Order: sequence, then C-alpha cells, then structure tokens
Amino acid sequence: MHSTNLATSPLHQVNYAPKVFDLSKNTLREFNQALHEVKDASTEPNWEVINPKGSHAVAVGAEHPISIDVQGSVGYYCGGMNQLSTITVHGSAGPGVGENMMSGTIVVKGDASQYAGATGRGGLLVIEGNASSRCGISMKGINIVVRGNIGHMSAFMAQSGNLVVLGDAGDALGDSIYEARLFVRGSVKSLGADCIKKELRPEHIAILQDLLDRAGITDVKPEEFSRYGSARTLYNFNIDNADAY
Amino acid sequence: MSYHNPPTTPRKSATFDEYAMSEIRRAAATGIYDIRGSGAKRKVPHFDDLLFLGASISRYPLEGYREKCDTSVVLGTRFAKKPIELKIPITVAGMSFGSLSGPAKEALGRGATLSGTSTTTGDGGMTEEERGHSKHLVYQYLPSRYGMNPRDLRRADAIEIVVGQGAKPGGGGMLLGQKISDRVAEMRTLPKGIDQRSACRHPDWTGPDDLEIKILEIREITDWQKPIYVKIGGARPYYDTALAVKAGADVVVLDGMQGGTAATQEVFIEHVGQPTLACIRPAVKALQDLGMHRKVQLIVSGGIRNGADVAKALALGADAVSVGTAALIALGDNDPRWEDEYQKLGTTAGAYDDWHEGKDPAGITTQDVELMKRVDPIAAGRRLANYLKVMTLEAQTIARACGKNHLHNLEPEDLCALSIEAAAMAGVPLAGTSWVPGKGPF
Repeated sequence: MHSTNLATSPLHQVNYAPKVFDLSKNTLREFNQALHEVKDASTEPNWEVINPKGSHAVAVGAEHPISIDVQGSVGYYCGGMNQLSTITVHGSAGPGVGENMMSGTIVVKGDASQYAGATGRGGLLVIEGNASSRCGISMKGINIVVRGNIGHMSAFMAQSGNLVVLGDAGDALGDSIYEARLFVRGSVKSLGADCIKKELRPEHIAILQDLLDRAGITDVKPEEFSRYGSARTLYNFNIDNADAY
Repeated sequence: MSYHNPPTTPRKSATFDEYAMSEIRRAAATGIYDIRGSGAKRKVPHFDDLLFLGASISRYPLEGYREKCDTSVVLGTRFAKKPIELKIPITVAGMSFGSLSGPAKEALGRGATLSGTSTTTGDGGMTEEERGHSKHLVYQYLPSRYGMNPRDLRRADAIEIVVGQGAKPGGGGMLLGQKISDRVAEMRTLPKGIDQRSACRHPDWTGPDDLEIKILEIREITDWQKPIYVKIGGARPYYDTALAVKAGADVVVLDGMQGGTAATQEVFIEHVGQPTLACIRPAVKALQDLGMHRKVQLIVSGGIRNGADVAKALALGADAVSVGTAALIALGDNDPRWEDEYQKLGTTAGAYDDWHEGKDPAGITTQDVELMKRVDPIAAGRRLANYLKVMTLEAQTIARACGKNHLHNLEPEDLCALSIEAAAMAGVPLAGTSWVPGKGPF
C-alpha cells in the first residue's frame, strides 16, 4: 500500500509561490481550465483558490501531482474525479466531495456534506470534521478517513476500499455492502442489510495504522476500532432472504 | 354424450390465459420473480397505428432518388463546444459490455461507424474494442458508475446521464452471476459470479437542482467540449423533459416501455412506464413550451423497427431515434438459424429473452467464450450498417412522398391515426376525420 504522510510530502517542502485564483474575480471555468492545462507540475506545483464562497465543482478533473489549497468552504463535488493532486479545503465541503476520485489526496479541514467520496476508486479522502449521510456510498477502492462522525446509510453498496471513522456511525451502516472494509472507533447506530461486525485481524491493524499515519492522526490506536464488512449472504438471490431486500 | 346432454366446447379463461397460468406455476415452483431481457411484449398503441397521408394536390412530392432528402442531424448544439454531427438520425442505444459480449459491442461500433452514426456504452464502462471501432461513442453515466473514470469521460464524444430507461423507469441495472466473468468483474470492481443489482438512483445527486450541478461538474471536467445527454424512461415525459432542459441538458433521450433491457423483472417490464407513442408529444410540447425545440435535441427510442417508425417519430417532433433491440436482431439475435439450440433452452427463435442466463445461442448476450465466437464483428457490423441504411432509405422514401427535403421537415400534419388511442397519444386526427381526441369536440 502506498504510504505518504501529508506532513512530509515533497510538495510541501518546495517553496514555490502559489498560482492564485480569486473566484470573486476569476471564473470557475478559468480556474478548472488552467488546472487541466498544467504542462509541467514540477514548475507550478502550488495552487491556491481564494474566495470560493461555496462554489460548486471547484478543482474537478485535476490530473497532475500538484497541491491545491482552497481557502474557504466549497459547494458540491469539490475535487471530483481527482487524479494525483493534493487538494486541501480550509473550510467545509458540500455534497459529493471527492466523488469518483481516482488517486491523490483530498483533505477537508471542516465538515463534509452528503455522499463524501461517492464511487471513489482510489486515493485518500480525509475529513477532519464530521461527514453527513451516505459517506463512501458505492465506494470502489478509495480510502476515507473521517475524524468525527458519519451519517446514516454510509458505505451503501460499498464495493472496495477502506472507510475509517474515528467517531460514531449512523443508521444502516454498510447496507448491501460488497468487499469494502469499514472501521469504526465509536458506536454504530445500526448495521444495514448484509453488513456484520468482523474480527479485527493483524492485517487490518496494519491497514488502519497506515491510513491513520497518512491522515496525520497520531492520537488514536488502530486497536480501538471495530471492523465491519459483508456477510455475503445477498451476493446471489435466495428467496429465503427476500425480507432483506 | 347423448342428445339430451350435449357437451359445451371447453373454454379457456381470457383472464387466466396460458401465459398467466404458466407464470403462476413457475412462481409457485421457484419462489422467484421472473427475470428476462428485452422490452414490453404486450401489444400497445405504436407507430403501426399511424399512417402518413402523402402528397396530392394540396402538397406536392419530391422525386424519389432524384431530389435530395437530407438525413443529417447535429446533436449537442446548446452548450457543447464539439457537437456530434451524424449522417443519419438513427443512433445505436446504450447496451453494456457484460450484458453483451465483446464481439457484439465491437460489431455495434463498426456498424454505427459505417453508417455515420453513434453508438453508446452501457452499465459496464467503456471497452477498448468499442472505443476503437466507434467514430462517435456516447459514454453512459449511470447510477452504478461501473468503470467510470475521467480518461474515458474525456475520450467519449458525448456523455449520457442515465436517469431511467423505458423497460424499467425507476429501476436499476441487473446482471446475474452467470455473466460476471473475470473481465466483467474487474471492470465493475465486483466479486466474480455474484448477482449484480445496480442502484436505481445516482449516488451523489437527487432531483433536478442537484442534476444541474452534476452536469456543471461533468462539463467542467470535460472543459465544456462534450454534448451532455440526459436519458429518461417513459414515465412523465412532459415534466422529465422540462426538468432535464432546466438542468442544462444538450440532448434528451426518451425511452418508451418497448425499449429493451439486459435483465429485469418481467412485472417491471410489462407494467411500469408508458408506450413510446404516448411519450413523444408531451416531450416535444415541453421543449416547445420552453422555446427549446430543435435547440435541445430529442432522441426517441423504444420499439423502432423500420424506416416508417423513424419517419413517424421524427414527424412527431423527435430529432433522432435510437435502436437497441433492432440492432441486436440485425447482428443475429433470435435468428432462426439457431432454432435447434433455442428449443433446447425451452424457447424458440423470436421469443428468446433469457438474456441474463448468458446462454445465448447467437453469441450476443453472453460472456461464454465459445458462444461469443459465433459473432464475427466485421460481418455483424456490416449487417447492422445495411439495416441502418435500409431504414434511412425507407424514411427518405416517406419524406419525399410527403414533399420534404429533410427528414426533420416531417410534421404531425403529415400523419393520421388508425385508432382512437393512437390518435389521442400522437395528437393527430383519427383517419377519415378531423378529430384529435382530447383536443376539442368531435
């Protein structure tokens, strides 16, 4: 597994002046277009967005190993389909932050609304506050670390990847889950259909330790978590399970 | 029997007909609802219930084969920097790799490209065969997001956000374990051999206001270059079309209940959604009310079989049509040449619809490596191209007879209906009258 501590990332050690986009003056289109036209990430590694004022679709489709700092809160789909970039939201994020992200890292310093990391295929999404409902819905390989709590129906139909929650989980966690791993340190209000508590084995502790390290979390031990995953009873239709559908 | 006790002829129930009784027996034996592919099989008012009037003294025709009758269509002119320019107004509908074999998908791409039209991915992502052999490829954006990635999004020629489909408005995809091969499983990030039941709602948006933001996101990712279609099932065509336009769609794809699916419940296919004929006029009315007819293009699908159907759909206001089931038949689906094998499966050519079982003798709706060899992508692609060409010629024949030099010049005034139902649905007069049911007194 890839292991990079954000605090020691090479991008954070190089002192390039950031390219600044002020969304009260520049349009969203100008900013995203510029992101897509990066020629050499090594010469323009630092980007900054100021006055996002809840704009939707900020820094979507980024595909270069650059660092993007968003100074404020964003609306829907910040960092959607991200590849390679490290995006830090110094505020809260609206619905669908990091949706379908492929790689790279997204850090939300505040809270995240619904569908955080939906269908994400790779990379690391860190939410330092709470995440709302349906966090990690349909996740397909992404790693999500939430410092606070997550809302109901999180990890619905989660296919693959890891969801780590330091706080509590709401109702119906992991409903109709496939092969994703869910780690919750606090309480789980209820488990969804076909989601069960599972043994936390040494390999899971290693995964947790790596993710906590990469998320810059040092005050929590992996052994404090419980693991949840699929009972695999709904993988093939069985009439005797009809009540669960 | 004696003269004093004559027998009555044995009478079977019209309500409990043979199919209904066989389904009761099947349900009682298995405890599972019936799953099948294809679209609605029940008889509903359709394009066959409409006729073109043709030209006479009041209107004069164009010379067949001599005077030009244009068939081109441009899709995505509202916002996209790169609209799709097609030679014919007949596209190939979305069908997934997974439900269809790789050679079948390649054949669809080849046939569409030979014809100057587009083909469409499905609920399984984009394959190299399909991309490589399709000049115009529409990439579906579905609730499952299987195989979704920004690279494919950017190398697509258009993006189709699938909200619903005619066979199952309000339902999600289904692909049973028999067809989840290693390759399909990898593309969908699923364990091999499980029954895959896709979500029916998108995971990260709900409702028209969210859809508007979702479309914004996709446009931003693709730098506003690609046309964005929104596909809806034939549920509430007036409002759904209006909301798709409001959300920013370039193109609305409207799929009636005869539109096919790879697999879903029989009860869903036959009992949810409206016939294609009933959907077109409300959708066109929505576009007209918003001043967006011909600005946001309308593609109609669900039961298109021949050039007459194409011409009728266009006359009712569509900009193009899309074919799925018909395209598969052109490739070789349900061909009588495989009758012996259909019989072994307990069915007959023309009725085979257990596409989810992956045993298709024609090698189309299967992931069986031996069966799929029966599809030669080059020959099958040629058959599809031939079929699309014939449909185009047929539609041109009708348009010229109505005096039109472009298929888009066909109009409702060129039509009459053979039944009151069809007249009401299509908003054209009942044949021999000036009566349009629902549009004033007879």
